Amino acid sequence: MYARGLEISVGFFMVLGAICVGFLALEVSGLTYTSDASTYRLSARFDNVAGLAIRARVSAAGVTVGRVTNISYDQKTAAAMVDMDISSDFSEFSADTTASILTAGLLGEKYIGLTIGGDSDLLSNGDVIYDTQSAVVLEELIGQFLLNMGSEK
Amino acid sequence: MIDHFARIGRSTLTHISDLGRASLMLGQAIFGRSNVGVHWRLIIDQVYVVGVLSLSIIVVSGLFIGMVLGLQGFTILTNYGSEQALGQMVALSLTRELGPVVTALLFAGRAGSALTAEIGLMKATEQLASLEMIGVDPLRRVIAPRFWAGFWSLPILSLVFVSVGCLGGALVGVSWLGVDSGSFWANMQSSVDFYDDVCNGIIKSIVFAIVVTWIAVYQGYSLIPTSEGIALATTRTVVFSSLAVLGLDFFLTAVMFGDI
Repeated sequence: MYARGLEISVGFFMVLGAICVGFLALEVSGLTYTSDASTYRLSARFDNVAGLAIRARVSAAGVTVGRVTNISYDQKTAAAMVDMDISSDFSEFSADTTASILTAGLLGEKYIGLTIGGDSDLLSNGDVIYDTQSAVVLEELIGQFLLNMGSEK
Repeated sequence: MIDHFARIGRSTLTHISDLGRASLMLGQAIFGRSNVGVHWRLIIDQVYVVGVLSLSIIVVSGLFIGMVLGLQGFTILTNYGSEQALGQMVALSLTRELGPVVTALLFAGRAGSALTAEIGLMKATEQLASLEMIGVDPLRRVIAPRFWAGFWSLPILSLVFVSVGCLGGALVGVSWLGVDSGSFWANMQSSVDFYDDVCNGIIKSIVFAIVVTWIAVYQGYSLIPTSEGIALATTRTVVFSSLAVLGLDFFLTAVMFGDI
């Protein structure tokens, strides 16, 4: 007594809902299957992390290799400690790797760039990178620029 | 003077007892004795009427709202030279606010009013009374399937709305206005969080689904069984649902995103 077409269309409706969840998860929010795949933790000590946000990306040679998971202030050294989860696919970072805070575009988001050195020892889970370059604070740059202008005259 | 107080008191008591009756109705419809086998077929029937038939209006309005967001966002963002953030703007406004809210408003107009009118006409033609006479509980047979159908359909419609809206935004932003497609999607993916944004949007639309369907079936079930009564109840369904959705949206947003 129940029309078959009706049941089929309700079935399609439910499947459409599932497809939309998938679309929103994978395409819109960028949730990937590998997001909770194995990662290892590196930390870096920066003098200044102004503008860096949790979940900012960590890249090496422009390729995203991980995410920032935590930013904290270390009172002893008066510096910022940034924890990063790096995907285990990228485990070959030499011990003298340097980390710098870079900006995507002029006003874009801040992200961390890793530059690999020549050391044959590799960084492993829990290691700290001390050789870092801090965030560029626009006000400080403008201040320096104005000072230089003044001294040239 | 005293009369005024009496009037305020009377209307307050009426509203509170209305609310109580509505809660009792919902409670009996959901938790009363059930005959599950029949029940599922009835729900599927109603999902077709309430959900599948609403799909076209949801897809069309989702597409156009996404396209308008793309167009408006682009003209504003180019002023700051940051049109790469278009994807982020479109996706965040759709997942967090516009998706759940606009879908719930359209749903109240398209499906809520129809539910009220249908149940109201059943009452006016004494079908509900006849059901009771032959020993079938109209709450279980008529109200419950419609409530569950709304409960399932609205979140799905809202997901469809958001997905189509994002595609509409991409269509305008990327294909017509020339935002780089890589940065459009990458910016969207890096700023939209599945749990914070998408899941909270789904929670919102589940709350809206409960409220809108509840109002619709209660207005239908409790109306005065005349033609004026049906007209009044249908109007009330749309007005009350819209106000409830907009008001609840503020509180839900304050709870979910207030501290970000």
